[in-house]
Formats: sequence, C-alpha cells, structure tokens
Amino acid sequence: MDTTIDIKGIRDGLLITLPPGRWDEVRQLLIDAVAQRADFFRGARVALQLADRELGAAELGSLRDELSGSDVTLWAVLSTADLTRAAAADLGLARELSPQAGRVAVEPPTQDSALPGEEAILIERTLRSGHSVRYPGHVIVLGDVNPGSEIIAGGHVIVWGRLRGVVHAGAEGDESAVVCALDLAPTQLRIAGHISVSPARKGKPKPEMALVREDQLIAEPWQAKRS
Amino acid sequence: MTAKIATITSGKGGVGKTTATANLGAALASHGLRVVCIDADIGLRNLDVVMGLENRIVYDFVDVVEGRCKLRQAMIRDKRLENLFLIPAAQTRDKTAVSPQDMIRLGEELRPEFDWVLIDSPAGIERGFRNAIAPADLVLIITNPEVSAVRDADRIIGLIEAEEKGPGRLILNRVKPEMVRRGDMLGVEDILDVLAIELIGIVPEDERVTVATNQGVPIALDPGSKAGQAFQNIARRLLGDDVPFESLESRDGFFGRISRLMRAGGEA
Repeated sequence: MDTTIDIKGIRDGLLITLPPGRWDEVRQLLIDAVAQRADFFRGARVALQLADRELGAAELGSLRDELSGSDVTLWAVLSTADLTRAAAADLGLARELSPQAGRVAVEPPTQDSALPGEEAILIERTLRSGHSVRYPGHVIVLGDVNPGSEIIAGGHVIVWGRLRGVVHAGAEGDESAVVCALDLAPTQLRIAGHISVSPARKGKPKPEMALVREDQLIAEPWQAKRS
Repeated sequence: MTAKIATITSGKGGVGKTTATANLGAALASHGLRVVCIDADIGLRNLDVVMGLENRIVYDFVDVVEGRCKLRQAMIRDKRLENLFLIPAAQTRDKTAVSPQDMIRLGEELRPEFDWVLIDSPAGIERGFRNAIAPADLVLIITNPEVSAVRDADRIIGLIEAEEKGPGRLILNRVKPEMVRRGDMLGVEDILDVLAIELIGIVPEDERVTVATNQGVPIALDPGSKAGQAFQNIARRLLGDDVPFESLESRDGFFGRISRLMRAGGEA
C-alpha cells in the first residue's frame, strides 16, 4: 500500500494529498505526520485532497476537531465524491482553492452601484517601524503610521491617525492621488513623481490632505467640501 | 511554583537591557521570590559581569542545551541574594548554538522551580532575539529617550505583536528630567505617543548605575539611588502592586512650571 502523504505549500496554506487505503489507517497516518512535525504544522491552514474517497460529515468533522487540537486548521476539502463534497459543505469547509475560498463570499457589486477601479485595502492596526505596505489600489489605515514604516500605494492613502512614516501615493504615476491624515507629518511624502518632506510642525495637528496642484506638492487643511 | 517568564529586549544595543535584567532580578529576589536570570546573549555575554558572578562560571547555557551538564550545574547563586540565580551565556559560541525550541524547553524546565525567569535578550532582531522571546509570557521593552532607540523599540513591538507575544510593557531608561524639562529630550508623553504600549517604569539617569555596574553590585539594592528605587518599583508593578509613577519633577519649582506653561503656549 502506498503510504506517503504528500504535503505541498500553496498560497492558502498547505495542500495535503492522502494516499488511498482504509480511512482509519490513512487518517492515523495524517495524525501521526502532524504530531511528528508539530512545530511545522502549528498554526497551519490545511486543504485536504481526498480525490474520490467517500466520507461523511461525522468523519470529516472528527478529523477537523482532532487537527484543531494540534492547532491545525482544516479549511478546505477537495473531492470528486458527492457524499464528501456534501459533508464538507455541511461543515462549512471550502470545496475548492479559488481565491475567495474560506472567506465570506462578498457578492460582486451590481453594474449600477459599482464604481470603476476602486480597489482598496483597509489596515486596521498601527504600522510600526519596519512594516511596509505595498498595494496597487488605495490604502486606508485605521491607526497610526509610525516613523520607519512605509506605504506605497497606486492610489490614495488615507490614514485615520498619525502619519509619520514614508508614504507614496499614486506610485505608478497617478498625479491625482492624495494623502490624507488626521495628523499629516510623514518622514517623506511622495505623490507620483513629486517628493516632499513635512515642514516643522506648527501648532496643534489637524486633518490635512496632500495633493499635487499646478505641479506642486501641497498640503492643505481638510475641510468639508460644500457641494 | 509556576514561574512567569519575562524577556527584556530593546532592539537597539546599549539602552540598558542587561542592567535592567540584573536589577529586576535583584529587586524581585529581595521580595523573597526565587528568581533566575538567563543571559541569552550568546557570544557577547555580560550579565554575569554586571551581576558580579563572572569568576564563578563553570558551565553555561549552551552546555545545558547540548547536554554536557545538568541545568542545576549551570545555575550560579548570587553573592548577596540566596534565591537569585544566573544561567550565563556561552562566550565562545554564537546565537545559532541555541534554537527557540531549546529556549522553550529550558523555560518549561525552570518553571516549576522558580517564581520568575528573566531573560536578557541580545540586541538586534535576528536569531538571538527570536530565541529570547520564544519562551516569554511577557516581554519588557526597554528604551531610552532618544529617537533612534524609540524607533528600534517600535520595530521590536511590531515583531513581538507578530509573534503574538505582545504588546509588551515599556521601561523608559536613562531619562534626564532636567533635559526633558528644557525640551532637549523626548518626554515620556512623546514616546508613549509613538509606541502606544503600557508603561511599567521610568528609570532616571543615575551615575551610580555605572559605578554599581562596574562593581557588579545591583543598584536596586541601594535605597539611596533613584534608579535603584525605579527598578524596585518596576518589580512591584510586575508583582501586581499599584505603584504610582515616580515624579520626575521633584525639584521642579514654581518657575519650572511657569516656563513650561509658557513654552506650551508659545508652540500653540
């Protein structure tokens, strides 16, 4: 009997392919493999390739629970057997490795409400020295951006907090990009090809927006637009 | 006994990790607790020097890890406090001699026998640092009121958070109240503004620390020293006591306050 468990690193964690054979034996092989390399597996997200093996929800569920005891998260089961797929669905496990798998599916916006090209990420933490965020769309930070960290965005950068690191908005050449922060005091601020350093702080911090106007990088106090 | 394992780290070198480890160890031990200090700075050991125990080293930490001696044999009892111990680092090896797993194993072995295990982390963010924080229940980040030290502390806090050991607690070392008052040094508020973690102690600059360190005597046992008192207070806060923060403004009279008010007004 082929008793090798194939483990591959994939973008979403580990893909484990189990050999054919009796389920209780194969299952034990997997458990032993995890136990033997506990450090390697700790905290891992695992997808199981089960091919045409038929398993019920009870079997999958008990495996999932046992794995989670070793701090291993079973998040997907790949199978061609209807019974297994149904069981995985019952347990809320993903059945394919698509990019959205394992996450809450967000319906794509309908044609009417979608705005074109509005891709953004939200970072809900303080960026500390050494952290670097690079993103082709907009970057929104709910927290501070400390000195020694950097944000490089294709679009706008919005910081709900203090901005003190290096920030580059419109990094791919978009001069219409802006940088907003409650306290705009970056080590260095770049928009498209313009570079500037913050002037010395005068007075209390206030929300500001930096933008390129008439080929100049300027920062102005943020005001609600009357429109 | 189930020891708490605390790692003292900073990122930047020379901010006072080793001094803090030795003094917190002495301060905790002076409460009658069983304390062991581990020097995790393999290859650049100096906790033994600061504790004045250099000439008693027979076995070191790497000897334990590599099975050349028992853990007990590598533990050196302090000269003054009979419930304070040191496990020295190896001087002739480097950080790769030990793995984070070794540290965790060592921590678990010490846990039943002590109240506190203090680990003196090496500077930097590489292997030695990762070894030092691996077994930690809590991490004490020490920094000086200097921009470079605060920057490194910020980096360290980020790394500790990533290891889910965070956020840690902050010791602000070598604060010169006089300079802070003149606005020539970062103030406590400025630093907490950036680091945004809980403060556990402020240690004022004190020349006696240098003298004590050179003599291998813990300043924490000197009741006349402000820095020593600050370390004692940190130890009490670690034990859960609610100790108010030392006022840095003890000699700050009426004029000091007025000039500060005026400066604040001028900046606005």
